[in-house]
Amino acid sequence: MSSRRSRSRQSSGSRITDDQIIDLVSKLQRLIPELRARRSDKVSASKVLQETCNYIRNLHREVDGLSDRLSQLLASADTDSDQAAIIRSLLME
Amino acid sequence: MDLQTSNPNSLKSRFATRFLRALNQINARKPISSSSSPGEIFQRYRRIKVAADMSMAYSVRSRRTWSRATLWRLRTRSRRRRLASLGRRSSVKTRTTTAASHLAAVVVEKTSHGKENKEDDGGGVGVEAEELRELVPGGESMDLCNLLDETAHYIKCLTTQVQVMRTIANLYSLE
Repeated sequence: MSSRRSRSRQSSGSRITDDQIIDLVSKLQRLIPELRARRSDKVSASKVLQETCNYIRNLHREVDGLSDRLSQLLASADTDSDQAAIIRSLLME
Repeated sequence: MDLQTSNPNSLKSRFATRFLRALNQINARKPISSSSSPGEIFQRYRRIKVAADMSMAYSVRSRRTWSRATLWRLRTRSRRRRLASLGRRSSVKTRTTTAASHLAAVVVEKTSHGKENKEDDGGGVGVEAEELRELVPGGESMDLCNLLDETAHYIKCLTTQVQVMRTIANLYSLE
């Protein structure tokens, strides 16, 4: 559902309307746990982007940590018999 | 985050299935024992991480710029590796999407960018947008609108990825 929002982009570089930016920024704000509570207008766009960057970095770090953990767990795990159980419980959460 | 997990076609299911399959393949190829060297374990960690990123990008397919960029980067990198190991030096230069070396890039970014909130361009978010471009795959080529849109989707997918990986790790560690 990536709508082509560049309709307002004219010949002059970045003529994207402020409203579009504001919409997208508040959409981001709702996704970030840090900022979700403070839904007031007091959060500036640059703060939202800043927190977004921090959040993405945290997520990357979590992926790294989990990959590391999995690499050690795979050694002892009997993958075949657990597969079905895992998939089922994942899908039923 | 309300993902429809009872739907077998949900992103979560697609990712989980792909990722589990990949884990099986990794495990089957060279099972780790207690005598594995740290190097082997590190190799495995790298493979799992690539499998996770790849599985997620595949589950999104080419519907998103960031997923296309990720698939491109991972495919190109594995191609280069294979060519290099065959003894031939490939001169293909990967596009510099930094998701692979994001940690390194972030460290560089943090030290080189002062966090001055300069309102110098249209949105007043110049510096932060640049930083975001480094973090979202394919970000360099997006305009601000697309960047924000892609970022929202990227975050949703990353959180799904983390959720599923954590669940799998927890289940395996119950052994």
